[in-house]
Amino acid sequence: MIEQVLTGAVAGGTSILFPVVGETFTQRSGVINLGTEGSMLAGALTAYVVGIETGSVWLGALAGAGAGALLALVHAFMVLTRGANQIASGLVITFLGIGLTALFGQNYVGQGVNAFASVPIPGLSDLPFFGPILFDHDPLTYLAILSGPIAWWVLYRTRFGLMVRAAGERPEVLVAYGMSATTIRYIATVIGGAMAGLGGAQLSTAFTRNWSEEMTVGRGFVAVSLVIFAAWNPMKAIIGAYLFSGAIALQLQLQARGTDISQYLLQAAPYLVVVVILAALSRRRAHESPESLSKVF
Amino acid sequence: MTTRRTRAVVIPGILALAMVAAACGSDEGSSSDSSPAEAAEGSTPTGTEAAGEATAGAVDTVGFIYVGPKDDFGYNQAAYEGSVAMQESFPDLEVLQAENVPETAESEAVMQDMIDNGADLIFATSYGHLEFAENLAAENPDVVFVHQGGLEQGGLDNVGTYFGTVYEPVYTAGIAAGEASETGTLGYIYAFPIPQTLANINAFTLGAQSVNPDIETIAVSTGSWCDPALQAQAAQSLIDEGADVLTQHQDCTKTIVEAAEAAGVYSVGYHADASELAPNGWITGSEWDWAALYTDIVQTVVDGKFAESDYNGDFRVGLQTGDNPFIQSAFGSMVSDDAIALIEAAKESFIAGGSPFAGPVMKQDGSVAWADGEQPTYAEVETMDFFVKGVIGSTD
Repeated sequence: MIEQVLTGAVAGGTSILFPVVGETFTQRSGVINLGTEGSMLAGALTAYVVGIETGSVWLGALAGAGAGALLALVHAFMVLTRGANQIASGLVITFLGIGLTALFGQNYVGQGVNAFASVPIPGLSDLPFFGPILFDHDPLTYLAILSGPIAWWVLYRTRFGLMVRAAGERPEVLVAYGMSATTIRYIATVIGGAMAGLGGAQLSTAFTRNWSEEMTVGRGFVAVSLVIFAAWNPMKAIIGAYLFSGAIALQLQLQARGTDISQYLLQAAPYLVVVVILAALSRRRAHESPESLSKVF
Repeated sequence: MTTRRTRAVVIPGILALAMVAAACGSDEGSSSDSSPAEAAEGSTPTGTEAAGEATAGAVDTVGFIYVGPKDDFGYNQAAYEGSVAMQESFPDLEVLQAENVPETAESEAVMQDMIDNGADLIFATSYGHLEFAENLAAENPDVVFVHQGGLEQGGLDNVGTYFGTVYEPVYTAGIAAGEASETGTLGYIYAFPIPQTLANINAFTLGAQSVNPDIETIAVSTGSWCDPALQAQAAQSLIDEGADVLTQHQDCTKTIVEAAEAAGVYSVGYHADASELAPNGWITGSEWDWAALYTDIVQTVVDGKFAESDYNGDFRVGLQTGDNPFIQSAFGSMVSDDAIALIEAAKESFIAGGSPFAGPVMKQDGSVAWADGEQPTYAEVETMDFFVKGVIGSTD
């Protein structure tokens, strides 16, 4: 049962992990993007459509990342160039994403897509316990897991990462070095949108092989809250995304085993987990928050 | 439709964007402006040409509201296609369509808009639309409201409900599933524990038990009519527990059928023929064909005979009373001639007045639901609140 729950956690959590890592980048630079949900939807639909039209799931995923990035770019323009309220702009981006994808996706509901197939990693996928959990998934899932350490390395070991963190903590330092915090924030926001788009692409072309309106059902917002849970650390983002998805897998397993617990309680459990953890950690997390973020509120 | 929908969805989005842009510099901005949320749902009636054309007496405008998109490969698409087929019989009729109408007070506003635009008859097609339709019916005695699948409460002259007996083809699909299953475990993914879903799960299980008395059905709810990611995870959980036939009561059906096919287990569809998605595992399914019933309801209202018709009440049509609008989908190649003969025999018995729930039927807890020789009425089926013996799952 543990193996099945953990396998389900990884399979179902990938589409959330990408946006959590991406939004971590964005928030590290001092921008909050609540348009993540919209970017996910844009990525999900675009990947689906491009996958169908070109026959290539990889082109689809790339286009999905591009669509997510494009919506994030609109958000960046709004808040960085035009000075709009970050919360308002993010929400509008989400609703724009919902509306546009519903409109352009109409003709693709129910159409078949060439989906990403599962690619077991030779040798490792036969390992007991860890094999099925970690090494028997679609390629985007491996990419999502790798994106955590890669993002960590970029943030903490590269000059670009230093600039992203500086933009979030002490933008005036960047100015002193003759650089623009705005440019860095543009880049970090677009990276975040691209990763949200990739998460959406995994959802539609690998995990569910389906496009339907508003198919993300709030996962983009969950991703934003998991960034706080993960203390703006892309490594911990992996834990956050899979914990949430694991709670879903667990409640479904419990139902399938015929437990007597109310199904309504079981269905609320993944969200309760996030709320409880946020409540427990928020005071501590406040110190770890990028300083510029506090100006958003 | 397409261009009208464009307006409903895109303009609020663009306006909202413009508002945020205009709010530049002001930190308070337009964060309080949440109206695009509602507008973006696309739930505005979209065929508004009829405004002002309605004249008392004549029926020239009919409205349809759907809880989901009209192209969901499922419940809403079937209803939408029924409305289109109905319209072919009434070329002068204006048909107003509203998709994605939530089962909240917003549906009342959408139906009110339709009335303001001249609607004389409204089809409220989702379970949760009923109470709002009945509210409006009390205020608008000249407008007829028909609801798909509920049981009317008020006894008003201008309200009725209609439905097929969905559980008949679901029971016969259960026969085919019971024969195909090797593990003796069937998996059922459903949205919420309401009488309609419970009756289907029970009928499916009883059908399967008629060929294999020991068979079990695991029922898992998603708490949503369409959440593909949750569906994919639920499908995996059921397969993990040994289910080798997956079926569902969901609005969007594609993910589960494809997940079953990918995992090499059988599929029984719902709402739509998805056999092309599962060339290896497709057993059969159940799907809607609403055209004849919608056309007859509209004709009855046009003739001014609604109040004295069977439609002014809880109208149910099953094999016993006529053409059930819920029909059996095509069979897959693994369905044996024996199974098809059993299915035909079951249908004959329903036509002759039998029921999928003919006793003896035991409840999950071991008590008697219907004793030998007993069977529920249509109304009793639609208030079902328990699982039968052999279903693994909880109704609370």
